[in-house]
Amino acid sequence: MSADLSDLYQNVILDHNRRPRNRGRIPSANRSAHGDNPSCGDQCDVFLRLDGDRIAEISFEGSGCAISQASASLMTTQLKGKTAAEAERLYGEFHEIVTTGKEPEEISDLAAFAGVHAFPARIKCATLSWHAALNALKGDPAAATTESHTD
Amino acid sequence: MNPAWHRIRDQFPTLHQKVNGHPLVYLDNAATTQKPKSVIEALDRFYERDNSNVHRGLHALSMRATDAYEGARERVRRFINAEHSEEIIFTRGTTESINLVAASWGGANLKKGDVILLTEMEHHSNLVPWQLVAQRTGATLRYLPVTGDEGLLDLPALDRLLTPEVKVFAFTHVSNTLGTINPVAELCARARRAGAISVVDAAQSIGHMPVDVRAIGCDFLAFSGHKMAAVTGIGALYGRQALLDAMPPWQGGGGMISSVDLFESRWKPSPERFEAGTPNFGDAVALGAACDFLDSLGRETIREHDGALARTAYERLAELPGIRIIGPKGERGGLVSFAFRDLHAHDVVTFADEDGIALRGGHHCNQPLMKRLGLTSTARASFYVYNEEKEIDLLVASMRRTIKFFGLD
Repeated sequence: MSADLSDLYQNVILDHNRRPRNRGRIPSANRSAHGDNPSCGDQCDVFLRLDGDRIAEISFEGSGCAISQASASLMTTQLKGKTAAEAERLYGEFHEIVTTGKEPEEISDLAAFAGVHAFPARIKCATLSWHAALNALKGDPAAATTESHTD
Repeated sequence: MNPAWHRIRDQFPTLHQKVNGHPLVYLDNAATTQKPKSVIEALDRFYERDNSNVHRGLHALSMRATDAYEGARERVRRFINAEHSEEIIFTRGTTESINLVAASWGGANLKKGDVILLTEMEHHSNLVPWQLVAQRTGATLRYLPVTGDEGLLDLPALDRLLTPEVKVFAFTHVSNTLGTINPVAELCARARRAGAISVVDAAQSIGHMPVDVRAIGCDFLAFSGHKMAAVTGIGALYGRQALLDAMPPWQGGGGMISSVDLFESRWKPSPERFEAGTPNFGDAVALGAACDFLDSLGRETIREHDGALARTAYERLAELPGIRIIGPKGERGGLVSFAFRDLHAHDVVTFADEDGIALRGGHHCNQPLMKRLGLTSTARASFYVYNEEKEIDLLVASMRRTIKFFGLD
């Protein structure tokens, strides 16, 4: 197996794909958003319970490749307890990681996605759930679609 | 053995390369086929020698280009056994051909209360154009169901569905996802008896088996060149002369008018009426060369070759743990779609690519069918004249490695 492929399918990713965290619908959610990746049919719903400006609970449902499912699962673990501004900043870091392959200075599980940058067609898989989560935070009822974003 | 098949792979330059360190195994032919040297050379020759705008030209090159373009039309007529070359309209491909019928015939003939009958296995290209014309005219859509994982049309349901309100029945010849070969002649006959016109999507059959519009008995038939060893950007619509004569233009411009005044114009007959603007003559010439190439191989032989590979792939893949193969078990077109439990098609395709194997993964522009089968995506291996049985061994070995990597063995 090539280095590129083993970088893409890291153990952290395989683990989140096999045992997704926070999967399902939160009954008390007060925000949600749907995301579509029209080119491959991947779908993702993100559910939030916002407590003031802070994400008290977060979950997802959806279908897609290992990269998209693991990304959604890992995202929920990273966003819980964060404010909307902190979530935006984390997405900025994540976007940098998946598009450039540069690992962040601080140790972060998000670095597991650095291998995505070698597979440009898969960047959308990794970012779909994040787009849905950010839309949910903004209270934007429109479905997030990876086609309307630059990645 | 027909000598045209001798060293057939040598005729396809793209096949001779390595991908990720492995010899390319190209199994994405249902998306587009590779091109033989004879087609590439026909294109080169046209642009190096004859290129000029067609029709109306009074100089030598224009006359040569016109002869080449109209020669290609005649070649396509023979290829599908149409009665008149005026029944062949060049388009960008299947999608544009179906849009032409839906917009022109549908726009002029459909009204509120009418029904458009489709099947649940249609590609988006034989579905969305009908949705658009339904919205515009007030006609409604109705679907002939697909039964079970074997993916056959529910033919007995036709008695109930093909009512007098049905004005058009559009269906695919071969499903791009299931591999099902539909009984198109029977479907066309049923449509005719019910007073509906028939539209056949031949995208997946045209390059793989004999397609004879008079034997099929269809009113319209649409196909793309790039899925039959020709180039992208060219395809054709066959339409029965009497229907074409009564249809309005769907695009306006040069080449399609007999005379133009400031406030109204008069149209030429078919095919010019439906080919506004400078036509794609260069690619039409390449399409004619592809017809020659496929006929030299023999389309009955191609059908046997591709079908045998698909059946072998079905049997070999069926041995893998956790696999679900959709489509008919027996006779099928040259493709196999499959899904593994707990493994998404895009991961399968990425791992196959690592081994130099080109597959397609996703919904194959067949989202309603996927929903019906309870799937979100499948991986698809599709075969053509240059594929060999040993490539199926490589495919199966690659799939085994993938399953093992994900701990699903």
